[in-house]
Amino acid sequence: MSNATLVSTTVNGDPVQFACPTDESLMTALRDRVGLTGVKEGCGTGDCGACSITLDGDLVCSCLVLGVEAEGREVATVEGLSADGELHPLQQKFIDHAALQCGICTPGFLVAAKALLDRNPNPSETEIRYALAGNLCRCTGYDKIVHAVQAAAKDMRKKKRR
Amino acid sequence: MGHDQKYVDKKYEVVGTRFNRPDGIDKVTGKARYGADASAPGQLVGRVLRSPHAHAQILKINTKKAEQLPGVKAVVTFEDMPDLTSGDQGLADILENCMARGRALYDGHAVAAVAAVDEQTAAKALKLIDVKYKKLPHVTDVDEAMLESAPVIHQRIITRGVEPAPTKPSNISARTQMGYGDVDAGFAEADVIVEKTYKTEQTHQGYIEPHACLASVNPDGTAELWVTTQGHFVFRNVCASLLGFDIAKLKVTSSEIGGGFGGKTHVWAEPVALALSRKANRPVKLVMGRDEVFRATGPTSSTSIDVKMGAKKDGTITAAVAEMRYQGGAFPGNWAMLACMTAFACYDIKNNKSIGWDVIVNRPKVAAYRAPSAPMAAFAVESTIDVLAKEIGVSPIDMRLKNVAREGTVAPYGPTYGPIGIEHTLQAVKDHPHMRAKLKKNQGRGVACGFWFNIGGQTCTDLNIGVDGTVNLALGTVDVGGSRSSMAMIAAEELGIPYEQVRANIADTTSLGHNDMTEGSRGTFSSGMATVFAARDAINVLKQRAAKMWGVPEEDVIWENGQAVATGEGHGNLPPLSLKEIAAKSGRTGGPIAGHNEVTADGAGMGFASHICDVEVDPETGRSTIVRYTVVQDAGKAINPDYVEGQFQGGATQGIGWALNEEYIYGKDGCLQNPGFLDYRIPVCSDLPFIDTKILEVPNPLHPYGVRGVGETSIVPPLAAVGNAIANATGVRMTHAPMSPPRVLAAIDDLENAG
Repeated sequence: MSNATLVSTTVNGDPVQFACPTDESLMTALRDRVGLTGVKEGCGTGDCGACSITLDGDLVCSCLVLGVEAEGREVATVEGLSADGELHPLQQKFIDHAALQCGICTPGFLVAAKALLDRNPNPSETEIRYALAGNLCRCTGYDKIVHAVQAAAKDMRKKKRR
Repeated sequence: MGHDQKYVDKKYEVVGTRFNRPDGIDKVTGKARYGADASAPGQLVGRVLRSPHAHAQILKINTKKAEQLPGVKAVVTFEDMPDLTSGDQGLADILENCMARGRALYDGHAVAAVAAVDEQTAAKALKLIDVKYKKLPHVTDVDEAMLESAPVIHQRIITRGVEPAPTKPSNISARTQMGYGDVDAGFAEADVIVEKTYKTEQTHQGYIEPHACLASVNPDGTAELWVTTQGHFVFRNVCASLLGFDIAKLKVTSSEIGGGFGGKTHVWAEPVALALSRKANRPVKLVMGRDEVFRATGPTSSTSIDVKMGAKKDGTITAAVAEMRYQGGAFPGNWAMLACMTAFACYDIKNNKSIGWDVIVNRPKVAAYRAPSAPMAAFAVESTIDVLAKEIGVSPIDMRLKNVAREGTVAPYGPTYGPIGIEHTLQAVKDHPHMRAKLKKNQGRGVACGFWFNIGGQTCTDLNIGVDGTVNLALGTVDVGGSRSSMAMIAAEELGIPYEQVRANIADTTSLGHNDMTEGSRGTFSSGMATVFAARDAINVLKQRAAKMWGVPEEDVIWENGQAVATGEGHGNLPPLSLKEIAAKSGRTGGPIAGHNEVTADGAGMGFASHICDVEVDPETGRSTIVRYTVVQDAGKAINPDYVEGQFQGGATQGIGWALNEEYIYGKDGCLQNPGFLDYRIPVCSDLPFIDTKILEVPNPLHPYGVRGVGETSIVPPLAAVGNAIANATGVRMTHAPMSPPRVLAAIDDLENAG
C-alpha cells in the first residue's frame, strides 16, 4: 500500500486504529480496514447517501470524506445504533412498518434519520422528507420510511431517550 | 364480477396478517451481507477496462505493461474467454456482451480486465493497457437505426418476421404482429379516430447496490461464486457454460440483493471475475462503480410508438392499432414482442393489431426492468384513450369501464382470460375518496390502467423439521422484497404452527435443485406454491410417525391445527400429538422429518391495476409535483399485506421517476453523458407525498391460496397517469417521456403561442 497513514479515531464509541492510503475514502477505510460493512457504497460520489455516517455528530457521506480526516474525531455508523443488544426505536419501527425491502439503503436512512431526530425531535412530514432527501431508495417509494420515522420520533419523545 | 367463493370463504390463521420479516434485524443493524460485503483470504481486486467509444474496431490490445506492474496477478481479454457456445447465438451474445471480441459495440463495453493486490494497483494497471481503436460510425436512436442510411451494427442480422425475408442485413432484428379482427372495418365504424406518436427515453432499474461478486476458482475445476443476483441457479448455469465448468462443481451463493427489478437477471461482471480468478489462481472481488452500472449493464429500451384508436359515440372502441419500435441495445432482443402482448391487454377490443419492431443500436444490451416493455406501451395507449374520451365526451374512467377486459375476453396475444380484476380496480378507483379531493389552481387529475402477466417456472423447496419442532424452509428463489416472511407464513399456515417457529433461508446452488430467477413476479407465487406442497409432504410424514407412535393405521390419522389427531373407532381416547412432540421422537420413529417439492408452477395469474395521480404544474418552470397518488391493484391473495403495499408504492415511484425525470442522455458522439445519480435523477423523499394503496383480491383459481404476482404491474400505469394529469392541469398533451420541466414548459409555451 502506497502512502499509508496510521489513523487513530473513535468509531461507535470505541477507540480504533487503521492504516490507509491518503487518497482512500473513509467509506472504504471503514468497510475494508475496520470491517464495518454496514456502510454501503451506492455511487461513490455523494449522490445516494448509502454511505451516510456522522462525523462529530454531523451527517456526512463517508465517500466524500478521506479516511485520514477521521483522525481524532468521532465516527458513528449504523452498527452503533443498538446499545446493549436492544434495537434503537428507529430500527424497531423500520421493521414494524416494513420500511425496508431490499435493505441496502436502510443503514444510511437510519443514520440520517437519527441525525434529524437528534436535532429536531418533533419534525413535520415535510421536514422529515427534506432531511432524508439525500438518501436514495429505489424499492419503497419512501412512504413506509416516513411513517417509520414519525413513529420512532413519537416513541422517542414519549420515552425521552437519547 | 364473480369471486371464487371457496377462496373468499377460506379462513386463514397466518396468511393475510402482517408479520415482521426474518431478515429485518440483520438489515437494520448493518449485519446483512450483500454482494460487496464478502471477502476471502488472499483476494484480489478486479477492475474492468471499458471502451470510450460508441462503436469501434479493436485493432490491438497490448497488456504487457499492465501484466508487468508489481501487484498485478492477471490480465484478461476475450482470448482468455474462448467461445464454448457451440452455435448457441443467445449464449454467444452474452459472452460478447461480457467482453468485447474484436469490436466495441457501445460506450462502456468491457474490453479487458485486471486483478491486482489492491484498488490503487488495479486502477494503475487499467491505465497501462494500451488499446488501439478504429472508430466506426454509430447510431443510438431507435428510429435512426431503422433507416436505410444507418450503419449496420451486425452483418448477420436479417429481419425475422418479414415476408419475403430481406436480402440485406439491417439493425432490425425482428418484426412481430399480434391481435385479431379487422381493424380497417373497425375504423370504418368509428365516429371518432385519434392518431398519435409517442417517444420514451431509456431508463435504468436504478438499484442502489451496484453489481458485485467474489469469484474463487480452483485448479481442479471447482469454483465458488458469491454474487448479488436475482437467480443464482441461472447464473450458475450460464457461467458454467461460458467458462466450461461442470454445473455441479460451480457453487453459487446468492448474497442479499440490494435491488434488482430485472437488472440482476443477467451476468456481466461474473464470468469476467471467474476468468480472472482462474488465471490468477486467487479469489477475485469485482465490484462495479456506479458509472459502470449505468454505462454497461442492462437498462430498458427507448421507444417510438404510433397509436391509432377509433370509437363510437357511445364510447365503444371499434379498432385499435399500435406500431411500436423498441431498441434492445447492441444485441437482438424480444422487447417489442413483449410490448405487443401488453399494449391492449386491459381492454376488450373487437379489432386490434399490435406490430413490434425490435431494433439494434450502439447502446448497452437491454435487460428486463419491472414489467419490461409494458410501461412505454401503456404510456401511449392510456394517453390515447384519454384523448379519445375527451373528444367523445365520456369520462376517462367510464371510457375504460365501457371497454374493459373481463373473464372470457380473448387477450391480444391469444389466451382467454379467467377471472381477472381490472374492472374491480376501475370501480374501486371510481369510488375512491381520492377522486373527490379538491383540486387547486394549476392542478390536474389523471387515471390510467396497467397489466402484467406473471410467470410460474421451475421451483424446488425443502422443508426440514428440527427435533424441537422448529422448521427450516430452504428456498431457491432470491428474496427481493420480503418474500422470506411470506414463505414462512405459508409454511406456518399449512403446518398449523406459529409463524415464529418457521425460519426461511435462501439456499445455495449445491443444496437444492434448479430454481428459476426471481422475475416475472413469480417469487411469492412459485415458491409459495412449492412451500405449500413441501409442507403437505411433511405433514404426510408427520401423520405416519404419529400412527407409528400410537400403533394405529396411517389412514386413521388426520392433521388439524398443528396436531396429529387419531380418528376412527377406538382411537378417540388418544390425546392429539403436536408437531413438537412428534419431532422430539423423530430420531426413534424413522429419523429426520422433511418435506420436499419440485414444481414447474403453472397458472400464474394476471395482475391488473388502476392508478390515480394528481399533479401540480408550475407554469413558469414546467415543473410537475405529485400532489396525491393512489394505487389500486388486484393481488389475488395478499399473503403479507405490508409487502404487497410495498410493491405497489415502489413500482409506482419508479414509474413516476420515469414519467417526470429519468432518461439516458447520449451525446452526438454516442457516449452516455449522465452515468450517475446526480444527473440521472430518480425520485427522492421530498418529491413525493404518501402513496395510498388499495389491495383487491380476485382469487387466482390456479393457486392454492389464489395468489397473483404483484411485483411488476405497479410500474405500468404511472407514465400515462402522470401524462393524463398534466393534460388536465395544463391543456397540454405530452407525448415524450420523461415529461421533464424543459419539455413541459416548451409545450405550454407552444400552446400559448398557438392560442
